[in-house]
Amino acid sequence: MSILDKHGVMERNATLLMVSTLVVVSIGGLVEIAPLFYLQNTIEKVEGVRPYSPLELKGRDIYIREGCYNCHSQMIRPMRDEVERYGHFSLAAESIYDHPFQWGSKRTGPDLARVGGRYSDQWHVDHMWNPRDLVPESIMPAYPHLIETALDFDFIADHLSANAVVGVPYDEEMIRDAKADLVAQLDPDSDGAERVAERYPKANIRNFDGREEITELDAIIAYMQVLGTMADFSTYEVETSR
Amino acid sequence: MASFFKLTVLAVIALCSIVAASFARDAAYQLHALIILLVSSSMFIWVLRGTGEQYLTLKTPEGREAYFDEVIRYGVIATAVWGVVGFLVGVVIAFQLAFPWLNLDLPWTTFGRLRPLHTSAVIFAFGGNALISTSFYVVQRTCAARLWGGNLAWFVFWGYQLVIVMAATGYVLGSTQGKEYAEPSWYVDIWLTVVWVAYLAVFLGTIFKRKEPHIYVANWFYLAFIVTIALLHIVNNLAMPVSIFGSVSYSAFSGVQDALTQWWYGHNAVGFFLTAGFLGMMYYFVPKQAERPVFSYKLSIIHFWALIFLYIWAGPHHLHYTALPDWAQTLGMVFSIMLWMPSWGGMINGLMTCSGAWDKLRTDPVLRMLVIAIGFYGMSTFEGPMMSIKAVNSLSHYTDWTIGHVHSGALGWVGMITFGAIYFLVPKLWHRAGLYSYAAVNWHFWLATIGIVLYAASMWVAGITQGLMWREYDDQGFLVNSFADTVAVLHPYYVIRGLGGVLYLLGGVIMLWNIWMTIRVGERESAPAAPVAAE
Repeated sequence: MSILDKHGVMERNATLLMVSTLVVVSIGGLVEIAPLFYLQNTIEKVEGVRPYSPLELKGRDIYIREGCYNCHSQMIRPMRDEVERYGHFSLAAESIYDHPFQWGSKRTGPDLARVGGRYSDQWHVDHMWNPRDLVPESIMPAYPHLIETALDFDFIADHLSANAVVGVPYDEEMIRDAKADLVAQLDPDSDGAERVAERYPKANIRNFDGREEITELDAIIAYMQVLGTMADFSTYEVETSR
Repeated sequence: MASFFKLTVLAVIALCSIVAASFARDAAYQLHALIILLVSSSMFIWVLRGTGEQYLTLKTPEGREAYFDEVIRYGVIATAVWGVVGFLVGVVIAFQLAFPWLNLDLPWTTFGRLRPLHTSAVIFAFGGNALISTSFYVVQRTCAARLWGGNLAWFVFWGYQLVIVMAATGYVLGSTQGKEYAEPSWYVDIWLTVVWVAYLAVFLGTIFKRKEPHIYVANWFYLAFIVTIALLHIVNNLAMPVSIFGSVSYSAFSGVQDALTQWWYGHNAVGFFLTAGFLGMMYYFVPKQAERPVFSYKLSIIHFWALIFLYIWAGPHHLHYTALPDWAQTLGMVFSIMLWMPSWGGMINGLMTCSGAWDKLRTDPVLRMLVIAIGFYGMSTFEGPMMSIKAVNSLSHYTDWTIGHVHSGALGWVGMITFGAIYFLVPKLWHRAGLYSYAAVNWHFWLATIGIVLYAASMWVAGITQGLMWREYDDQGFLVNSFADTVAVLHPYYVIRGLGGVLYLLGGVIMLWNIWMTIRVGERESAPAAPVAAE
């Protein structure tokens, strides 16, 4: 009697069939995903990566809302051409506070993992207004409405709290001051600017779109200008066993 | 008493949605609250008007069909209509990439918001409705039992349409979780979970009360699809909402763990939604249309268990050379290559079922559609393992080659097998002798096939061209091309791809017309009826 003949048992018992199926499909995920949560070499050791400032977090929300990840990756692979084109290859450590990750899967436009600091704020303002003014070959949509839309940040503290629940180390004071910190990041002369710089090291503190109103464009430029700039690569050692 | 209970529940839902709408923090959430208000209050009125009359309707079981087919009729029409809508959005976004002014400079019509609309419309609206309605048809016929759960099947159908409407309107208004193919916001995810549990109950309930001793192979695949999708959906969508009055949430996982969870989900949306479920369709409709038994029972056992075991491991091939640890990438690659075997096991079993009926390919355009679907399945399940090899992936990843690969599977396999199943089902469900026009099926077949060829070929060329240009060095050791150069070169291929999409869409429109005429008039007589002499 071959083993296949015994399959009849499975075909006569729906519960057995369903439970066996569930067991069989669970194995792969358990073996591949579960270790990522406890193997210590999953996240490289590097200093400098911190939670996003309230303004950057808001910008990230807009980045996700507009579906930027459909065309832009944030994951530089360790190949010569990519490293030369975009900068140091991306580390897992650089996205530990990214809920969700935004590594992307398609480069209809260039990778943005290290776009921070590459272009001026004004370049981003003009580029969002109409990408083809700066890059004639570009096929990116224009986002003029980001400049015209006031940033809605009344509930920014709730956004920090929700991130804290899923493990981002925002403390109570950061959550309490979230709204003030957001406003302060846009004005280097404000009282809160120093506090922001202390809480969120390397945060860019300035008015990003050059306008008086706090716009969605301010937030998304603040986010883009910090991308890839946090990790301090002088503290990073390549781990070969990974 | 039952209707009193229903009225109470509906009234509570309507009141809650008024509260939700007034405290809403974003436009998508507000619109969804209003949609739920509209649905629950219309149902309230409908139940109220029917109160007292229900007693009478329950008493008249005459005229009730042996099988519960009304919900399947709705499902088949929903499949066809959502399909055409999804293809149309696909054509629009394809041309946006060729002509960026088509983004219209409006927030609601940018590629970034419409692309999830396209993917969700074709995968979940078109594919999902196809799977739900065919599984309801197949499970009843192969179990010789009426659908379990009475009106629960209606709940599954309408509940699922609500998911689609909320997801689609949400994307346009900027509500997304930012994870590919898992974009709907947290409350839509919860609602889908409820609907999915009901779906499992109807399907499994029908199997439990079957009159056939054995569970037919098509049902193994449908069952695996339903339970695995439930598992994937729940785990990948674990998230913390910012507020119960807003659509924004943050994924429970971050960075590398979130990436692998997402692609474990994403690849098995392909593996279980778009493959296992549709293999279930193949195992019923191909033998039926060819009028031949399934080629090999033993092959179906081996390839079923091998397929569902191996597929789930393949996710990491979406993350080659990323910050995902190497051991996981290697595992993903190895299992993806092994996956080629059970995939072709399914292809062989489907194709060989036509043994002895190959002559029908000349005369039966519906069988031809089913067979070319299996052909495309074979092609894309060869291409997939090839692309999962790290060396190949280093070139293909991030390029349009991936898009071409997905579409040879989606348009070729998923689309064609669904069209074949629809053409099989429509005459049966509406009690017609045949389809209105078989010539139109033929037109659909060729338009779709040529459309796929244009699509896949242009995307191969585009992807490989761009991939090679990105890594092109001059003799001084400098990169030759700026990123913008590699975008400009793709323009002609994007136009060709868009035209391929137009052909495919046109085929879909012809199908809609053919379905409509079949329902309205039935089979068109091919020759004028000869006068019959009185005898």
